[in-house]
Amino acid sequence: MTQPFRIPGAGRLTPAKTVRFTFDGKAYTGLEGDTLASALLANGVHLVGRSFKYHRPRGFLSAGAEEPNALVEISRDATRKTPNVRATVQELYDGLAARSQNRWPSLGFDVGAINNLLSPFLSAGFYYKTFMWPKAAWKRLYEPNIRAAAGLGVAPGEADPDHYAARFAHCDVLVVGGGAAGLAAALAAAETGVRVILCDEQLEFGGALRYESGARIDGLGGFDWARQATGKLAAMDNVRLLTRTTAFGYYAQNFVGLTERVTDHLATPGTAPRERLWQVRAARVVLATGAIERHMVFADNDRPGVMLASAARAFLNQYGVAVGRTIGVYTANDSAYAAAIDLKKAGVDIAAIVDLRDDPSGPLVEQARSLGIEVNPGRAVVGVGGRNRVSSMIVQPKGGGGKRTIPVDALLVSAGWTPSVHLFSQSRGKVAFDAESQRFLPGQYAQDCVSVGACNGTDGLAETLNEAFAAGEVAAKATLGETSAGGGGNARKVDASEDWAGGMLGSAPGAGADTTVKAFVDFQNDVTAKDIRQAVREGMRSIEHVKRFTTNGMATDQGKTSNMHGLAIAAETLGKEIPEVGLTTFRAPYTPVTFGAIVNHARHELFDPTRRTAMHSWAEAHGAVFEDVGQWKRAWYFPRPGEDMHAAVNRECVTVRRSAGLFDASTLGKIEVVGPDAAAFMELLYTNPWQKLEPGRCRYGIMLREDGFIYDDGVVGRLSADRFHVTTTTGGAARVMNHMEDYLQTEFPHLNVWLTSISEQWAVIAVQGPKSRDILAPLVEGIDLSDAAMPHMSVREGSICGVPTRLFRMSFTGERGFEVNVPADYGQAVWEAIWAEGEKYGACAYGTEAMHVLRAEKGYIIVGQDTDGTVTPNDAGLDWAVGKKKTDFVGIRGLKRPDLLASGRKQLVGLKTVDPKVVLEEGAQIVQDPNQPIPMTMIGHVTSSYWSENCGRSIAMGVVAGGHGRLGETLHVPMPDGSIAVEIGSAVFFDEMGERLHG
Amino acid sequence: MLLIRCPYCEEERPELEFRHAGEAHVARSSEISDISDEAFEQFFFIRSNPKGIVFERWRHLNGCARFFNAARDTVSDRFLTTYKAGEPKPDVAGLLK
Ligand SMILES: [Zn+2]
Repeated sequence: MTQPFRIPGAGRLTPAKTVRFTFDGKAYTGLEGDTLASALLANGVHLVGRSFKYHRPRGFLSAGAEEPNALVEISRDATRKTPNVRATVQELYDGLAARSQNRWPSLGFDVGAINNLLSPFLSAGFYYKTFMWPKAAWKRLYEPNIRAAAGLGVAPGEADPDHYAARFAHCDVLVVGGGAAGLAAALAAAETGVRVILCDEQLEFGGALRYESGARIDGLGGFDWARQATGKLAAMDNVRLLTRTTAFGYYAQNFVGLTERVTDHLATPGTAPRERLWQVRAARVVLATGAIERHMVFADNDRPGVMLASAARAFLNQYGVAVGRTIGVYTANDSAYAAAIDLKKAGVDIAAIVDLRDDPSGPLVEQARSLGIEVNPGRAVVGVGGRNRVSSMIVQPKGGGGKRTIPVDALLVSAGWTPSVHLFSQSRGKVAFDAESQRFLPGQYAQDCVSVGACNGTDGLAETLNEAFAAGEVAAKATLGETSAGGGGNARKVDASEDWAGGMLGSAPGAGADTTVKAFVDFQNDVTAKDIRQAVREGMRSIEHVKRFTTNGMATDQGKTSNMHGLAIAAETLGKEIPEVGLTTFRAPYTPVTFGAIVNHARHELFDPTRRTAMHSWAEAHGAVFEDVGQWKRAWYFPRPGEDMHAAVNRECVTVRRSAGLFDASTLGKIEVVGPDAAAFMELLYTNPWQKLEPGRCRYGIMLREDGFIYDDGVVGRLSADRFHVTTTTGGAARVMNHMEDYLQTEFPHLNVWLTSISEQWAVIAVQGPKSRDILAPLVEGIDLSDAAMPHMSVREGSICGVPTRLFRMSFTGERGFEVNVPADYGQAVWEAIWAEGEKYGACAYGTEAMHVLRAEKGYIIVGQDTDGTVTPNDAGLDWAVGKKKTDFVGIRGLKRPDLLASGRKQLVGLKTVDPKVVLEEGAQIVQDPNQPIPMTMIGHVTSSYWSENCGRSIAMGVVAGGHGRLGETLHVPMPDGSIAVEIGSAVFFDEMGERLHG
Repeated sequence: MLLIRCPYCEEERPELEFRHAGEAHVARSSEISDISDEAFEQFFFIRSNPKGIVFERWRHLNGCARFFNAARDTVSDRFLTTYKAGEPKPDVAGLLK
């Protein structure tokens, strides 16, 4: 018979709807509506994983999101592999393939389990202590081996083929958690008409009502009431219901992150997104996140088959699965009795209930006894039998005495319930310890939110519903600006209720400080009660230190089952009260969130915008190789057939100086500075004087930061008395604009100036070389291009090819040159016209690499390459650009700082290798004496270095301490295969007199 | 993601539209060329970086593009108020009430 542990008539699944799946390659059958956990349990499979550190066999602890053990890999195909999926959350679909993790060669026999024997060496803090020395061994030996031996699943090796969606949502009331409390709060809020979002991590609403068989509301069974309430909400236009949706993070101003699992439960996901990330901004938040049952901390409490009582109940009442045939119960509160009673009624044998309490009483205890279940009060389970599955429980009076072994094949445990204050804590609310109930509850709120039900410490269904109805109404009315006492017209009749208070914290008898047993506190991180005591003994006083030393409650678990036990053991060892030791901070995410959901659409071409110039397609058609410069695609070089980069760049450089070249300079930042005070503003933002610059002339400007270091540079044309056309570096465009706006708005608001970014409005075609004027002349109208009428560094407005132009005579090559600015829409057409003229003279198109070489031949700097944010105008040999008579500009005071005036500063110089064929590496260090011992004293570095075909040798620039005083000196650039001798000289390597600029 | 009220646009907008711009009320001297090394150090290098209420500048970069000032609690990230550039520092005690 398949599914031998499925009980006919139990649960809510339909027996006929079978689903096939595999686990570790073996085929099984489950039912539609199963989780992977319930389907495996229906087949009698408990052993599903190996633990993180000790490789101990592990089964299911829970039936929900708090599961620390049953982490498996789910794979749809070679690229769709998800590690560390909680089997208790994964819904079954036909063809699901799951594998266990962290075991080799097999789950049943795992070599890594040797770690369990080595555990004395792997105790708390072992990462920090054992492998400290020698240092080199950490990298080569310890870390790889620890990583291989200890760990969880394996990350997928290929790119994620799925896609993910994102939504922003706004609502008046966000209700997190769709159990009894959440449903009631949502109903009350929705009835006022405000916008409500209700989310729950399960596939359907109901929460604990799914398994609390004893609850009756308004004459209905608890779960039937939940379904009715869900139907009511679904019919309301102002309500959005989100199932399979986890609220994972609660951020400032009621900003809550949700992930909705859209297709992980489907056999054929189709084209739908795998997950949807919701970023919700809510006016009010109602937290109805419930409580999580704690396990008992006793020796070998991690044996497969040992699980939370509520989990066994959920498996029975929801999925119709018995977790064993002969079941033991170990508890310190009443809720486990309910599980025993439900199972007994379903025909499962309950071997015995072991109750730590001396005198348990009440209706549940009576009912258990009347059903013939053996109840053993005042006793403890001090150990278990079995290896890969529990086979017995060892029972002893809690004060000590004779032991009794009772055969069982599952052991249900309950130490009580911990309110889920994770999201409340993430909202920066302060929890308060309630001494009477021994639990942390929401105390002081930091945001507009309220907690209701079990997460607020409210016991009892009637109280929970009343509290939640009132809170929902109050929250909704508050968004309408109304006050409300709550609860009007929403009284519900609770006919029967289950409520769980009480329980115990910390280690149970037999796992105390005098023992060395492995009693697990945190299953996922393999932390035992002993580890926590050891951490305290080794000096950890704060619970935050204990947490980091032991890793208790860290990583994905976030202390759901472990926190309170760990805290209680630390407090006991320290001899302090629990609130004195304090609770660790809960961090987002509540449960793991995939990178896919977070990254979402921001992948591939949508990761960052790509900017292309107006002439991009021409460059593409002419074979340009592009390079990325920030977000821009820039033509790097234009290889002809048979040319490599080197050959192409050499040809481009030579052609520009022999005839002419066309260069796309559109990416330069361009800012228009306009207004009656434009010149005064320029005086303040640049080191140069501007007031006397004639309209129609240009000037090379340097911009400093307030500290005196070069921030940006560029040629500025004065179009008229009140209008400057400023250019910036390509990379500096946005920050220079921000810098200018900052000063204009906040320091110089008295100036009457407007700043406008015009970078994208003008396409820029640089035409450089001796033939540049001949090429342009036939196309230009209304501008006299003669040297007399339009000398170097001038700007004119007119037209070219019938299109308006701002025509600059300027040069970044050292040749006679022009930069043709035309409206971007005409960029390509004008480029093509100029190209047609240029071809008559044998001109070429050149790219950014040739541009770099040509400017270096002339010693023109590139800000950000030859400067690094610690270079002054003087350091760069640009003192001439600083207005000596000026009384103010940004950076004027910084330049006077003693360090900036001191001798020995690194200064920009030209570098010529003694062997002209050797091209230095940019970034290489410069030293005085190549034979000095290592580490050498470095006195500078190479900033720019190229082969110059025009000079017939290599050229370079660099910054060298006291460089301006070292002209003629020979220094050295040590490289892995020998030192390179360089001679310090002028940074101008070509046309030192600068005659070519003018004619 | 924070919601920030732009005092020029007079509405709350998502943090994505804004850029932080350092401490507020650090005035640049109109005689900056003549200030002492100590005064320049105070102006350029020294920032208060408090735990608690900080006065800071923001720019509504992807909005009206204006620079403005804010008083924010660095512990809770709560904005106490935002106000236009050039307006005096608000009274913190009054804001905390
Ligand atoms: Zn604004």
